[in-house]
This record gives sequence, C-alpha cells and structure tokens, in this order.
Amino acid sequence: MTVLVALPVLLPLAAAGMSLALGRFADFQRIIGLVVLAAIIADAGFLLYVTDRTGPVVLQVGGWAAPAGITIIADRLSALLLVVSAVVTFAVLIYSIGQRLTDYGRERASTTFHPMYLVLCAGVSLAYLAGDLFNLFVAFEIMLSSSYVLITRRTTASRVRAGMTYVIVSLTSSLLFITMIALVYAATATVNLADLGAKVGELPEGLRMALGLLMVIVFGVKAAMVPLHFWLPDSYPTAPAPVTAVFAGLLTKVGIYALIRTQTLVFTHEHPWTLMLVIALITMLVGALGALAQNDLNRMLSFLLVSHIGYMLFGLGVYDVIGLTGVILYVVHHITVQATLFLVSGLITRHTGTVALSRMGGLAKAAPMIAVLFALPALSLAGVPPFSGFVAKLALLQSGVGAGSWPAYVVTAGVVFTSLLTLYAMARVWTRAFWGQVRAPEPDPDPDDELVVGTGNSTRPMVAATGVLVTASVVIALFAGPLAGVSERAADDLMHGQTYREAVLGGAR
Amino acid sequence: MTVNLTMAVVLAALYSAGFYLIMQRSLMRILIGTVLVGHGANLMLQLAGGPPGRAPILGDATPEQMTDPLPQAMALTAIVITFALTTFLLALAYRSWVLLGHDEVRDDVEDRRIRRLERRLAESEDESQEEELEREATQ
Repeated sequence: MTVLVALPVLLPLAAAGMSLALGRFADFQRIIGLVVLAAIIADAGFLLYVTDRTGPVVLQVGGWAAPAGITIIADRLSALLLVVSAVVTFAVLIYSIGQRLTDYGRERASTTFHPMYLVLCAGVSLAYLAGDLFNLFVAFEIMLSSSYVLITRRTTASRVRAGMTYVIVSLTSSLLFITMIALVYAATATVNLADLGAKVGELPEGLRMALGLLMVIVFGVKAAMVPLHFWLPDSYPTAPAPVTAVFAGLLTKVGIYALIRTQTLVFTHEHPWTLMLVIALITMLVGALGALAQNDLNRMLSFLLVSHIGYMLFGLGVYDVIGLTGVILYVVHHITVQATLFLVSGLITRHTGTVALSRMGGLAKAAPMIAVLFALPALSLAGVPPFSGFVAKLALLQSGVGAGSWPAYVVTAGVVFTSLLTLYAMARVWTRAFWGQVRAPEPDPDPDDELVVGTGNSTRPMVAATGVLVTASVVIALFAGPLAGVSERAADDLMHGQTYREAVLGGAR
Repeated sequence: MTVNLTMAVVLAALYSAGFYLIMQRSLMRILIGTVLVGHGANLMLQLAGGPPGRAPILGDATPEQMTDPLPQAMALTAIVITFALTTFLLALAYRSWVLLGHDEVRDDVEDRRIRRLERRLAESEDESQEEELEREATQ
C-alpha cells in the first residue's frame, strides 16, 4: 500500500534511465513514456480515492521514523494535484510525439527529450509528495535541472540567451533555498514539515517572520509572483510548444503548492494575511497589463500566466477554508487551461509561421478546428460561465467577500477587474488571429530551429492531445460539485494541520 | 546555538563575494559567483548542525560528543547538485561562446523592446520634421 506513494517518483526515474539507455529505439522510447505516465495516472487516481476515504498515506523511507528519516506523504491536496499533473503531462507527451512524427517521421529518435521529460515528471511528483524541506529542495532541483536541459535543447542563439536568464535566476533561488534550510535547521534542528509545524511556533516572533519571508521569496521566484516574475516571459516563449506547455502548467504551480504547504503547515498567519493580499493584487495587475502590451502570442500567454498566479496568491492571502478551496480549484483549472493554451499556440504557430499577432489573420476560416480549440480554454481562462475558470473564480470571490476586511474587498475588486482584462486580452487575440483576411503562412524564419513552422500541417495526435486537455477542462466544470467537495476537504486539512502531523509523526508524539 | 566567529566571517566573505559576482554580466563570473555562494550555503548547512564533535558512530562516542550527521548528509547532497549545475552552466557558457561569440547575459527582451521603441519614436520625430522641411523646400 505505502509503496504506491513512491511510484509516481520511482517509475519515471527508472523509465528515464531505460529511455536514455535505449535512446536509439524511437518507438521504445515513446511507448515507455506513455505507459509510465498512464500508470502514474492510475496510481494517482487510486491515491486520491484512498486519501479522500481514509486519510494521508505515509511512507517512511527505509523504515526510519519521522523527524530524522525521509518522509513521503500523500494527502488529499497532493493526490489531487498528482492526478491533474499526470493527465496534463500525458497529453503533452502525446502532442510532442505527434509533432516529432510529423516533422521527422517514425525512425528518428530524440535521445534527450524523453528521458528529460520523464525526469521532470518525477521531480514534479516528488515536490507534491515530499514530507520534509530538504526533499522538497531535492525535488525542485530534479525538476529544474531537467527543465534547464529542455529549455536549452537544440541550442539556438535565442534559446541560449533565454536559457541563461532562466538558469541563473533559478540557480540563485536554489542557493537561497539551501541557505533557508540551513537557517531553519539551525533554529529548530529539524527539516520535517510536520515536526517544523510544532517547533516553529516556539520560536521568537521576529525569527519566525524572517524565516517565513525567506520561504515566500524562495518559492515566489518559482511561482513567478511579482516582482520576482521577470524571468518567466523572457524564457518560456523560446522553447518548443510542448515544453512551454508543461512548464507553464506545472512548474509555477509547484511553487504555489510549496508556498501553500509551508505557509499553512509551518507558519501560521492572522486572518487574512495582508502582505500576501497586496502581492496578489500587484501580481494580477502587472501580469494582465503586461499581457495587453504584447504582440507576441506566447509572451502574452506568459504574462497572463503571471497574472493568474495572483489569483492563487489571493486565495492564500485570505487564509481561510473557502479561500484555500478556491486556490485548489484554481490550481487544478489553471494547470489544464494554461497548458492547453500553449499547445494551441503551438498549433497556431505551425499554421501561420509566426507568433506576432499583427501578422496573423483569418484562422477561423482557414483552420476552424484550431479556432474551437482556442476559444474554449480562452473563455475558461477569462472565467466565463459555465467553464472551469468560472467555478474556481466564484469560490475565490466568495472567500474575498466573506473575509470581511477592507484589503480583501480591494483585492476582490482587483480579481474582477483582472478577469475583464483577461477577457479583453483573449478577445484581442481572437480578432487579430482568427478574424480578418486569410493570410498565407509565412516562411520559416529560422530553418535550423527545431520548431518547424508555417507548414500548416499539424497531425492528428497533436490536435487530439489538445482536444483531450480541452475536454479535461470541460470535465472539470461538469464535475465541479465533487471536485469542490474534495478541494474543500483538502483545504480543511490544510487549515488544521492535525491530520497531517499525526499521520507523519504517528506514535512519536 | 553558538557559531565560531571565524566561520561567520568566512560565510560573510563567501556570500558577499559570490553575490557580487552573480551581479556581473559575464556568464563565467556568474558561474564563479554561484560556486562561491554554493560553498557558502553548504558551509552554513554544516554549521547548522552545531559545533564539531566525534564521528557519529555508536560505541565510538557517547551521543553528547557526536556531531549531528543530518546536516552533513544534506550538505553532501547539496554539493552534488551544485556541482552538476556548475557543469551545466559551463556547457551553456561554452555554447554561448560558440554561437554568439561572447558569454554575456543580455538585457531581458522587454527592456530591449522598450529601448528600441523609444529610439524609433525619437527617430520618427526627427524624420517627420525633416520630411516636412523637405516638402516645404520642394513646393
């Protein structure tokens, strides 16, 4: 039973090794990737069922008891996020396989992509499951080092340039992370999250606040919260569509997850947490206004991603059960929708040969399928009923109004305003790219690049994978009731860390 | 918990020199900067375990005399990770050297776009004035 918790980490790591060793056999690589990710979906689904029924599943690695040993734990929140992440990574893998088949045919294998992609999945899973700060750090590093490779693979000049900013910023935040772990250990002599929860409370107020703020900065860089977001719109748009999609969907959300986990379990706040509310408001506005100024489709989506990180910070800032329910719903919705939008942007780019909105046109007539695939997630992102974004946003608005303090009211107004800005940004894409004159595809600007653009051919697997994700977001809206139920129970667990602590520390305390 | 003064000074030197280097434009300097800060962070992990003592082997010393082994295990992992990333940065610097002829970290795209926009605006103002003058002269 407990071994099931370790599988989402072990399986992709083992598969990555095999995939690297047998890199010459393209079909083998593809099959093993798909099989492993499908297995993780099943495993995560089962974990979600079990954790929702009977409480957290804990694995003490090697049988060493909690505060000293390594703890891997799945509770409702991590199991739910595991399921969503696994579905998204599976769909993106299909898309990327489809893209490669279209461009190079069946025989040519890519030695680095598949292993690195699987390592990335392992890192993301471990980040959700890690029960102590140091393993969280290791998870971040597994995830980041594979993302460095993915973002600079097939190095062209622009990719090296973008990769440098990304690597340096991430590396600096990792070094701060180690520093923070050292400080936390020096103060409390433990890194186990459950144990920290009890011990941090005994620290002097100033020290606790300093450690908490350092943690917000470390995870804030990863989550792209303003003003620590500057690296994201520069580095994401240069990577190939599937890579950007999985980065946009998952990597920033892992930062948010770590932020939620540590700020609820280790540090507790007064209700509501004004600092986080202010950061949330700034993040929302800077992101949305930045998006409106962009002509590059991918850069615009990146800025919108930053903007919507603000919503999740808002829920955390309100700091009650309804707020956290809203965050969880929003994370689930946003992982699927943001990944879908980047995949669709990949399809658009292949069709038009450009990412500049000013040079697109008439896609609605030329490629109606892409128009449908874009419209649904775009409306969902803007929070138009009855899509998944609306459900999540409604929960956030309810918590903001219910919080009953004026900073919360101001930020709630900000949420509504940002939604309108998002809708406007999406409408802008729609009028520029999908309406108007049909334009001939532009020639490939950089033929050496891995992205083959302007050919107009996107194969069935690519469209199908995008379709799967669009359907997933519709399914989220359809099953909003049960999902909100799980989220609320997860949020309740977060607010009262007792179940988590008892599950980890067991008889030790 | 008490910390050795020498160690505190060493830590301060490593962190400040490292972060100074990270602020530079050349990727090689940034790399050396991350190595320095990485060393500083690992040293700090070590120091977090308290003053040095006997090896943590049962039967060799009483638990009170032992060093805390946990930060050492963590530092070991962190060293390996920093080492790997240093290698990756080296490769990236080399690649940048091959492709671009330098290893400078450029300004971000947005900054450059805004600067270009400003320059173009200034130029177009000049040009439109010149054009008007020309038109007046030809008429």
